Amino acid sequence: MKFGIVLFPGTNRDGDAWDAVTGPLGASAVRLWHKDHDLQGADVIILPGGFSYGDYLRAGAIARFSPIMQEVVAHARAGGPVIGICNGFQILCEAHLLPGALLRNASLQFRSMPVTLRVENANTRFTNQYKAGQLLRVPIAHGDGRFAIDADGLRALEDAGQVVFRYVDRNGQVTDAANPNGSLDNIAGIINAGGNVMGLMPHPENAIDPLLGSTDGLGIFTSILAHVAA
Amino acid sequence: MGATPRPGDPAITPALVADHGLTADEYDRLVAMLGRTPTLTEVGIISALWSEHCSYKHSRPVLRTLPTKAPHVLQGPGENAGVISIGDGLAIAFKIESHNHPSAVEPYQGAATGVGGILRDVFTMGARPIALLNSLRFGSLESPRVRWLVAGVVKGIGDYGNCVGIPTVAGEVVFDPSYEGNPLVNAMCVGLLKESDLIRAKAQGVGNPVIAVGARTGRDGIHGAAFASEDLSEASEAKRPQVQVGDPFTEKLLLEASLELITSGHIVAIQDMGAAGLTSSSAEMAERGDVGVTIDTTKVPVREPGMTPYEILLSESQERMLVVARRGHENEVRAILEKWDLVAEVIGEVIAEPVYRVTEGSKVVAEFPGSRLVTDCPVYHPEAREGEEVQRLRAMDVHAIAERPEESDPFWTLEQLLSSPTIASKTWIHRQYDSTVRGQTVVGPGHGDAAVVRIPGTTKAIALKTDCNGRYVYLEPRTGGRIAVAECARNVACTGARPMAITNCLNFGNPKRPEIFFQFREAVGGMGDACTALGTPVTGGNVSFYNESPGRAVFPTPTIGMVGLIDHVEQSVGGAFTTSGDAIVLLGEPTDELGASEYLSRIHGVTAGAPPRCDLERERLLVDVLLSAIGAGLVRSAHDCSDGGLAVALAESAMMNADAPRGFSVDLSAFTLPSRALLFGEAQGRVVVSTPDPQAVLQVAAQRGLPAFVLGTVGGIGEDVAFQVGSKRHTTSIARLATAFHDSIPNLMARVAVSSDDAAPAGSTR
Repeated sequence: MKFGIVLFPGTNRDGDAWDAVTGPLGASAVRLWHKDHDLQGADVIILPGGFSYGDYLRAGAIARFSPIMQEVVAHARAGGPVIGICNGFQILCEAHLLPGALLRNASLQFRSMPVTLRVENANTRFTNQYKAGQLLRVPIAHGDGRFAIDADGLRALEDAGQVVFRYVDRNGQVTDAANPNGSLDNIAGIINAGGNVMGLMPHPENAIDPLLGSTDGLGIFTSILAHVAA
Repeated sequence: MGATPRPGDPAITPALVADHGLTADEYDRLVAMLGRTPTLTEVGIISALWSEHCSYKHSRPVLRTLPTKAPHVLQGPGENAGVISIGDGLAIAFKIESHNHPSAVEPYQGAATGVGGILRDVFTMGARPIALLNSLRFGSLESPRVRWLVAGVVKGIGDYGNCVGIPTVAGEVVFDPSYEGNPLVNAMCVGLLKESDLIRAKAQGVGNPVIAVGARTGRDGIHGAAFASEDLSEASEAKRPQVQVGDPFTEKLLLEASLELITSGHIVAIQDMGAAGLTSSSAEMAERGDVGVTIDTTKVPVREPGMTPYEILLSESQERMLVVARRGHENEVRAILEKWDLVAEVIGEVIAEPVYRVTEGSKVVAEFPGSRLVTDCPVYHPEAREGEEVQRLRAMDVHAIAERPEESDPFWTLEQLLSSPTIASKTWIHRQYDSTVRGQTVVGPGHGDAAVVRIPGTTKAIALKTDCNGRYVYLEPRTGGRIAVAECARNVACTGARPMAITNCLNFGNPKRPEIFFQFREAVGGMGDACTALGTPVTGGNVSFYNESPGRAVFPTPTIGMVGLIDHVEQSVGGAFTTSGDAIVLLGEPTDELGASEYLSRIHGVTAGAPPRCDLERERLLVDVLLSAIGAGLVRSAHDCSDGGLAVALAESAMMNADAPRGFSVDLSAFTLPSRALLFGEAQGRVVVSTPDPQAVLQVAAQRGLPAFVLGTVGGIGEDVAFQVGSKRHTTSIARLATAFHDSIPNLMARVAVSSDDAAPAGSTR
């Protein structure tokens, strides 16, 4: 099992993703440079957090045209697993591997804080180690995380169980106060219809160590391993 | 040989010299150095290099008195950043710097480029930045303009650090009317390096090429260093174009490229083009290496045609570095820069001839003998005399100030203090800073007395904090300087870290005024006393004078940035009570101090009295006791008593975890002080800890001769708070206190749209 961690020039959570998969999981990983066309045999692609090309225009808008993204798109179209975290989620939407878009936070401010997530679908290759309805404590750190999609798109996501995570309060309730960025229906993470591409705004790779406050993010990475082993 | 004027250069007149901020004496010194009339380009160069910001001409003799040496100090003052060893072949580079004046007129870009500059100072040493801190001072949040400044500065800091991907982990924010017209924005960066990768900005090797790296040079920020070296006034608004514009994405590229260059072995020196841009970076590198250097301005990559040598030399365009490469390795250097889509152009050469020469093509436009343009800068010894107003305020008998009727309920007073923006929760600010990126933040902003950042690949962590109580320094500069260092050490030790070294950012008014220079000399003296007593040498820093707006100077604010070391990160502790039933122990003792307190300021509107006494031997003992008790695993939380005294410290420990505020109960009847001094006085050398084993903590303290007292017990989440003071028992709900603490700043900032036109000065674009 080899993870490929894509490195755009403005990626800044590549090391965090690297630590998450090579540390507690003991998996192998390679960094994939944005100017290359080679996935180096990676089985799972991670698009980590950061500011791909500065993102002054629109987060991820330029990244989708990079050489490595041509290969990531081909990998995804062939059913290969791809996970986009934060900026990676934005890029997946820009690249049309996931539906919807991520807009400026409703507060118009960056938000860096721990949030509570509810697992909405534990029957995916990224969440099979969780239970449906399980609450996770995971940090967020973004300025453009407000998930938006048209009414038909939303219905399609809901009907097919493609909403994977929602922002909730400590009691697991979907409330406005628990929504850190104004996302539609408190959506924090979604998966594509094929079940092989997931994007989420929170940072599970920063919730892998009790010393740093939470290990709740680890389940995403162990789920990927469990899916492969199954 | 010698420089000649360019066609069209204006004549060098006394008015032109004065416009460049040079005194008649300084101009005469320049003429004597050159032996001829300087060219316009030369006047420009000297105006930048001899500005206060670059030359430290009023501060150097005083700064020389600071202790700078210890076995673990690898690099002291004089480089881009200080460096200390933390063992295992690893080192920490760190530095704090001000960006006050740019932030006063253009808060967003001013603060953003302050972060950019301090990041470059650290990665220039070969260190990868791992943490940012900032120390901010503003006027009252009641003022719409102050709210506009706060919103802009916070967004500027956040946008820059968040994009580069360096966590902002700690700092402090203080509000006082003295900072109304002149906010302070001090940014600190901390980097990690292998000792073997340490590189210095020292030009070496005759024939080696000098290379400009990074962003192109534009017309922004010309004379920024000079702007930073004068008082703010109405006219300062017109200097907004002197504020540079930041590009954090390019900074990220430059960071990666610079670290790759340093480890590649293809370069011998690297320096940030910061204040005074190309001029100061090239002159300082030549001076440190005791070599000559020649620069051809036509080779410098520029943003627009027609830029003169004067503009190219003095531009403060951001995200640029100057590199001295090994001769013959130019292509390797270029390849690394191209990988990161950055420009690298050879613009000059290290030469044997002891001159600093600037050419425009083949024509010499500036030429100085040897390194004298740096070393010949005048040094001033201004008069120092304490102001009479301060003496009068300090002598005031503050104990004679009558209590307000509402103070019969100590929780009323506590509520007022907890909602004072200086004390209140800063979550509104912190949540705009990415504090978790890089995945090593063990204690982030608002969760402990100092940040704790893990060092990967080791069992270690570092603790980081900035501190300074400007009101203390104003009322008694030497004591205030001592307390700034002692409080920082206390905060660092509260996490379980041994204080190691400091950097400092000395924010003062106009040094030509005797009462200001008195503040400066005495405060630095006090800092030096404390650094010696606590074993924390000074590794560098920055002086920012002229922090005045019409009518008044800011409180003298020598901000201390400290680094501490924790050997076993799992032993580190935060500031919040964690466990119901734990005993609350006070290390140190309450004494009758009321002067210079937040209590007097907030409740009575009085800035007066002498600041609390600072017993440095006691502070050292306290650090030792904390480290022993935490190292022995006895301590579950530790939080020092500072602004607002014991009552505020207890309440903060109870509410620091906003999701789970805890009640507590303390019995203070054993203390016979006046109750307001007991609860809200700011006696130094005190820390509140919670522990499952109070007897063991008392024993650790007793062994070292430190007074310590069991005060009470930590309660459960949502339970009540009780104080026994004298014969009276007072109780209240934790929710009441938590509301005061957590809602104050959000409520104030929500008052008006912070970008509204009435808040922003006329002509502002943001």
